[in-house]
Amino acid sequence: MSYQEKRSLVNIASTILITALYAAFMMQRYPAADPYSREVFHFWGSFFLILIPISIVARILIYIVFSIFNYIATREEEPPIIDERDKLIELRAGQLSLYGFAVGVMLAMGSLVVEQPPSVMFIILICAGVVSEIISELAQFYFYRRGF
Amino acid sequence: MDKLVISNNIRRLRFDRAEMTQQQLADSVGVSRQTIVAIEKGNYSPSLELAFRIAQAFKVPLEAVFFIENSSS
Repeated sequence: MSYQEKRSLVNIASTILITALYAAFMMQRYPAADPYSREVFHFWGSFFLILIPISIVARILIYIVFSIFNYIATREEEPPIIDERDKLIELRAGQLSLYGFAVGVMLAMGSLVVEQPPSVMFIILICAGVVSEIISELAQFYFYRRGF
Repeated sequence: MDKLVISNNIRRLRFDRAEMTQQQLADSVGVSRQTIVAIEKGNYSPSLELAFRIAQAFKVPLEAVFFIENSSS
């Protein structure tokens, strides 16, 4: 398995882990108020705003740990070159990820159309973000494994 | 329009150059070894620029490296 394939699997695991832990922590603070109240919207706003920096920092740390353990286990370093095939794979994976997120956004808007509370829309948006990230990493894993 | 199947002689050309390794070729054209592997297996068609750089690395014309194998609908 190449370095890029292993990196994709680690990214999938870290995305699921970070989001699940963060959601489990934050949902304990979910306000016991009317689902359409300002408190609930404030909660979801801060949920998204805090998730972004936490996710970035945690992923960087996990990536550093992965690089160290991978080097110790295999003596394999991160490929020094990002060439045209890497860029194409990243673009294709990004495109597929965007399609996944677009479907999630439509589902989230659909939940409002069928008169679900706003929390359902926000939860669908979070799930769409996670799923689109997983699609991106799985696509990269597939393209690297296949060649392109 | 028929799909062109592009094949290559990279494996043979490397053999002719005293068993040049994939890593040596990759270093000389500025890509990763995995990209050379993918091109050699026919899994990835390189850009025109990279194709010319590979031909230059072997000091042969482009058509001596890449060729159309056959065509299918």
